[in-house]
Amino acid sequence: MRLLRKPVTGFAIGAVLLFGVAPLALGDFRLDLLAKYLCFAIVAVGIGLAWGRGGMLTLGQGFFFGLGGYAMAMHLKLADAGPGQMPDFMLLYGQLDELPWWWRPFANPLFALSATVLLPMFTALLLGLLIFRRKVRGAYFAILSQALCAAFAILLIGQQGTTGGTNGLTNIQGFFGYDLNDPVNRRTVYFIVAAALLAVLALTWQLMRSRYGELLVAVRDGEERVRFLGYDPANVKLVAYVAAAGMAGLAGALFVPAVGIVSPAMIGVVPSIEFVIGVAVGGRASLLGPALGAIAVAWAKTALSERVPSAWTYFEGLLFILPIVFLPGGLASLAGTIRRRSRPSAVVETPAPAKVEVTT
Amino acid sequence: MTLVLSQLFTGISIGAVLLLIALGLSLTFGQMGVINMAHGEFIMAGAYTVYVLQQVITGAGWSLLVALPVAFVVAGAMGVLLEFLLIRRLYARPLDTLLVTWGVSLILQQLARDVFGAPNVQTRAPELLTGSIRITDHLVISSSRVFILVLALTAVAALTIVLKTTPLGRRIRAVVQNRDLAAVSGLATARVDRLTFFIGSGLAGIAGVALTLIGPIGPTMGTNIIVNAFLVVVVGGIGQLQGTVIVAFVLGVLQSMVEYTTTVSVASVIVFIAIVAFLQWRPQGLFTLRTRSLA
Repeated sequence: MRLLRKPVTGFAIGAVLLFGVAPLALGDFRLDLLAKYLCFAIVAVGIGLAWGRGGMLTLGQGFFFGLGGYAMAMHLKLADAGPGQMPDFMLLYGQLDELPWWWRPFANPLFALSATVLLPMFTALLLGLLIFRRKVRGAYFAILSQALCAAFAILLIGQQGTTGGTNGLTNIQGFFGYDLNDPVNRRTVYFIVAAALLAVLALTWQLMRSRYGELLVAVRDGEERVRFLGYDPANVKLVAYVAAAGMAGLAGALFVPAVGIVSPAMIGVVPSIEFVIGVAVGGRASLLGPALGAIAVAWAKTALSERVPSAWTYFEGLLFILPIVFLPGGLASLAGTIRRRSRPSAVVETPAPAKVEVTT
Repeated sequence: MTLVLSQLFTGISIGAVLLLIALGLSLTFGQMGVINMAHGEFIMAGAYTVYVLQQVITGAGWSLLVALPVAFVVAGAMGVLLEFLLIRRLYARPLDTLLVTWGVSLILQQLARDVFGAPNVQTRAPELLTGSIRITDHLVISSSRVFILVLALTAVAALTIVLKTTPLGRRIRAVVQNRDLAAVSGLATARVDRLTFFIGSGLAGIAGVALTLIGPIGPTMGTNIIVNAFLVVVVGGIGQLQGTVIVAFVLGVLQSMVEYTTTVSVASVIVFIAIVAFLQWRPQGLFTLRTRSLA
């Protein structure tokens, strides 16, 4: 029973903080920022699952984030323009006489909404099948995932006439009939993002404590042994990778109404690797660590960049170095240590050890 | 025909740049299984070395000649420092090394921004390398590109000689093939690692010098080219120079051919798809060390 109670109280505290305290304590501007951070937190939960639990360092979550974001933004742009009309930037560039064929389905809200999550998941499935079945892993996988988001960003920038190029899809006014300039509606968007984060956390918690979760950790720590036990590690990894992609897509979709823009600058190599840093700081293998770490890092970025922009880059560099070298389990492992010290008799789930990988 | 030839040469010169960058990378990756994300910033350091030297030495030709060894040592020293301070603590965790070196690269970039300023800086190319070589009436290739090609091939040749004939090369190969056995046989593997890192990073410095001839020098120049260099290493296979050489040129030619028939942006996607398809056939890269290891 106690096992069950602990996370449930955690969720309750999180819900009270997100739905009760934050909206009351923060002004409209800060609440908008928090909504943005929560989007990053959703991506981080997925990375925590794939990297912390599954050992797949994915440096390309920006790709899935971008797929979700662009799917949502395309629909909202079309909705802003009105039926049968073209989005404003296409008219501005004036290269096209009519809407490209692959834009058309996104006029349908149901299609667009499901595409925000299903499109990233499907792409991840396809890619994962190709990559994991051939036992591409470790640094190879990381580099490949990075190349993926680099190629995607270059493609988006190059196709300016149909994707908005470097500017991305900007100036989004409405969200399914609601005016996004209205603070009340923006508040609602915040609540949707917060609810999505809690839902994603609940889902990940289920995955982690299930038999599958055990198997995933086993694959991380000894892939060949799991293979000899009769499981297919490729399938095990695939599930975590696809789930992480879906979460990144969802986060990207929510990012659009929360911030009002999606552009290649948010999905390239640099932002994709930035998604990982919060996970490393918070504790890659824990449930809440990645989410809290991502929020903290994003908050620190805003706070520091507002004052001294160049200091942030130094600080970010140190964030990549110090926690990973000296505290591989992240801040979550610190919490575990403290808990164990204060209650020596209690059985505490030990944080996963740093990943030891045998390379050829 | 001329068109194909000139595209082919463009591809080869892209490949030569890739090769120069990837050469050091594959050495350190093959040796220690470490992906050094700060490699791009070592290239940047090499490029800024030319810039700084040209403040002192006025002759463009001489400054470039002097810059080659100086950049090698500067970048190599940075690499050794990185290895000594951080990477050797992380040998059991190659993926973490990737992230840590990314942090280092961020700091180095900002450092360059604070020291040299955010805008790109200019260097002077020697007169000999500013012109172009006319082969036929329609086939004109720039001499700086030829210089880079020659430089890349020289670097490959020098590295091959070092690896195949010198005692240091023998030690490096031994550690790549079987680190434990090499250690048991009495090799100071830590020292070999440091030397390898020096050479690998130094090659990045040389690549940086070469890049001053064809592109702008700025704080972010490293990031822009490094992803493709990683792909060369991954596709070429670790610990094998020949793989890196072949893949660099193939990738360069592929890129230039596809770019010519489509656009730059589509080309990058097609190259990515080609690489994923290639890894279906050879998941460990073009050439692999045969080991009995399962992992």
